[in-house]
Amino acid sequence: MTSIRTLIDKAGWPRIIIGLLLLSLFLAAPAVGVRIDQSLTDTIVRFGMNGVLVLGMIPMVQTGCGLNFGLPLGIIAGLLGATLSIEFGLTGAAGFFGAVGLALPFAVLLGWGYGLLLNRVKGDEMMIATYVGFSSVSFMCMMWMLLPYHSPTMVWGYGGTGLRTTISLEGFWLHILDDFLAIRIGQNFKFPTGMILFFALMAFIMWAFFHTKTGTAMTAVGSNPDYARASGVNVDRMRTISVVMSTVYGAIGILVYQQSFGFVQLYNGPFFMALPAVAAILIGGASVNKANITNAVIGTVLFQGILTMTPSVINSAIQSDLSEVVRIIVSDGMIVYALTRSTRKSR
Amino acid sequence: MSEQEPLLEMKSISKEYYGIRVLTDVCLNLRRGEILGLVGENGAGKSTLMNILFGMSVISETGGYSGEVCLEGTTVNFQSPFDALAAGIGMVHQEFSLIPGFTATENILLNGEILHDNIVTKVFGPRMKTLDFPAMRAIAKNSIDLLGVDISPDTLVAEMPVGHKQFTELAREIHRPGMKVLVLDEPTAVLTESEAQVLLASLRRLTDTGIAIIFITHRLQEIFDVCNRIVILRDGKVVKEVATTDTTMTQVAELMVGRDLSGHAVATREYDAATETILSVEHLWVDMPGETVRDVSLDVHKGEILGIGGLAGQGKLGIPNGIMGLYAAGGTVRLHDKIVPLNDPAAALAAGMAFVSEDRRGVGLLLEEALDWNIAFTAMQAQNKFMRPLLGGLIKWRDDKAIRDLAQKYVKALDIKCTDTNQPAQELSGGNQQKVCLAKAFAVEPDLLFVSEPTRGIDVGAKSLVLDALRSYNRDKGTTIVMISSELEELRSICDRIAIVDEGRIAGILPPTASAKDFGLLMIGRRTHEEETVNNHD
Repeated sequence: MTSIRTLIDKAGWPRIIIGLLLLSLFLAAPAVGVRIDQSLTDTIVRFGMNGVLVLGMIPMVQTGCGLNFGLPLGIIAGLLGATLSIEFGLTGAAGFFGAVGLALPFAVLLGWGYGLLLNRVKGDEMMIATYVGFSSVSFMCMMWMLLPYHSPTMVWGYGGTGLRTTISLEGFWLHILDDFLAIRIGQNFKFPTGMILFFALMAFIMWAFFHTKTGTAMTAVGSNPDYARASGVNVDRMRTISVVMSTVYGAIGILVYQQSFGFVQLYNGPFFMALPAVAAILIGGASVNKANITNAVIGTVLFQGILTMTPSVINSAIQSDLSEVVRIIVSDGMIVYALTRSTRKSR
Repeated sequence: MSEQEPLLEMKSISKEYYGIRVLTDVCLNLRRGEILGLVGENGAGKSTLMNILFGMSVISETGGYSGEVCLEGTTVNFQSPFDALAAGIGMVHQEFSLIPGFTATENILLNGEILHDNIVTKVFGPRMKTLDFPAMRAIAKNSIDLLGVDISPDTLVAEMPVGHKQFTELAREIHRPGMKVLVLDEPTAVLTESEAQVLLASLRRLTDTGIAIIFITHRLQEIFDVCNRIVILRDGKVVKEVATTDTTMTQVAELMVGRDLSGHAVATREYDAATETILSVEHLWVDMPGETVRDVSLDVHKGEILGIGGLAGQGKLGIPNGIMGLYAAGGTVRLHDKIVPLNDPAAALAAGMAFVSEDRRGVGLLLEEALDWNIAFTAMQAQNKFMRPLLGGLIKWRDDKAIRDLAQKYVKALDIKCTDTNQPAQELSGGNQQKVCLAKAFAVEPDLLFVSEPTRGIDVGAKSLVLDALRSYNRDKGTTIVMISSELEELRSICDRIAIVDEGRIAGILPPTASAKDFGLLMIGRRTHEEETVNNHD
């Protein structure tokens, strides 16, 4: 009995409730004609697609910069990497890793500037970050039209200038990670080994980083900046590093997302990408100033699982196509729920 | 006058905070038209006593008090400051509680405005009443005039000099018609000498109207200038109640700080003034809010325990905070004859100094993190201890095992009570948290250790443990210690020399065997005041 109680305390009621809900959705699925193997594949794929983006929340939370609502900035760096890689005609593994390599300088540069900005608005980081995200997306809406891209797969067919809103990755690096060592069982189940391995690698790098001197200092900065300063840590520098890391993870994360999704979404694409990642890490048990990799993994599984299962099960149950509506209600509802949790925790 | 029934009586008041007794059996009475001086060291219980009188919520939240407060013969028990105000008790705090964007008049009559009916009130009720500005200005003017100062009732508070703000606050308290008792908590702390004189004169004028005043200050001269009687508090007890005419300033100073020296281990060893200087500080200034250091020059000798004492707000805390780079500072600091850059905590640590902050929960600890991190972090960051270089030093990997071993060593050595070294620091008691802070500083293995208020807010048993730990660390490792404390007795029990800080300067350095009277006089700044009148031309 006591062991059950400590287990509940450790996991936290929100995770247990959501976990049970997810489980019941899987149990209910066959009854309404939804295939379990298909659902499992969807859940795993969605986990892999979003995992790195969620990992990107950790550094900023750990240094007390709050949740990275400015994730679109990192995504924009990723989009620049993706479009440049296509522009240079890179395909296959070279295409994907080329995109990563091309995105990194942008991510570091943007993240550094974003970090300097956040150091000037201590205490209001999340509000400012939200607007940094929004305004950078709007700015790039203009730039996607103006930047001198030429690749015929990307520019509008009629005008000959400006990039399309969605660019297909077919023939470039579609499913490059998904299909690497993929395990297929039957017709409907596919385990995207490459993508999960890539996520594990990114998670390992994050874990290792927080075991170094700098990573330790970053955690202390988030825990008590005055303590860190008194111990000779340059607080602003640690915060900047964390913002750069979050932005870099955002850039790589969106590339992982795109290779599985199959399309590069420009213009307003990155607009609301931050919210699901924020919701996932909060559901995973992170607070506004403490997060770890376990939080990211559990949160992403639960959030993406619910997001995959609810619409399909409910749709089949009530025999009509409400999937998009249900998806929006569920995802936004989870965000509201997660944010109210986190407020209570931080008080 | 003496046969008259006392206006205010506080009978055998006792109060505990979390099991620590702060007031024991305090009796106090106040007659109409009298000024009563309330003096005592920091922590003697002055504020707690006044909080009880004023019905501050902190009292009832921490379990109330025992004893009785009588106002004009009837027992009262105020649940909030509003009750106290309604009963005719006003209080002027050390910090201003004025609205900067309002004029003097508006501030003085805040929530007591004179209201007019108008057409709208007929329809919408009394909330729509208009303010009668001329009447309000007249009242404000009246109460400002009563104080004998020249402040226009229409000046915005934001544009006033500090002195005028203090007078505005006072005017607000005295304009109320039923005002009977006025409590002034260090009202002259922010005033210049001449402003203080005006204030004191106006206090005398106020008492002519029948108001009784409780006056708290640590400038004893002022007490002797205006008060009829003096009540001296020490360790939550009234040590003496005396008419001003029957005592001297020296006697009061002695009573304030002094304890019987018998049964006390003073002068732990012979002090040799000839040992080399390890730290020399010249013309240090530190801009630490509330603890400004103006001009401190000080030599610390190798191997000694130097105490720095003084009253709160005089700048004793600013000295270590400035030297360690936590607040903006200037001047010259040399450790081992090498200049230590100021405003750079990393440089101060690298030079071989460590600091146990007085702000234990704010600066001293990572409350949410485990003990082992708390203890090892500073040494890890400042000195690269507990790090394993990987890939040829490219990556500095945290050595969790070394950190745990270190924490276990100190848990044992300092007898820190905890479940294990993974316990978050916030779950420990105050005394054990303080030991963690000490362990953190010890782990740096400094040549010079600053310890600021090491026993603040911890119980008696933990106090002696902490002091013993410092004493043995000094003896065994030969580490020089500079200890800053508000408690003179504590300094006298452990230090080789004691410097007293007053108004941001060192007022003097005395051996621990010096008499309580001498310390008291340095603390109240009597000597420096005499010097200043000669030296200070502004």
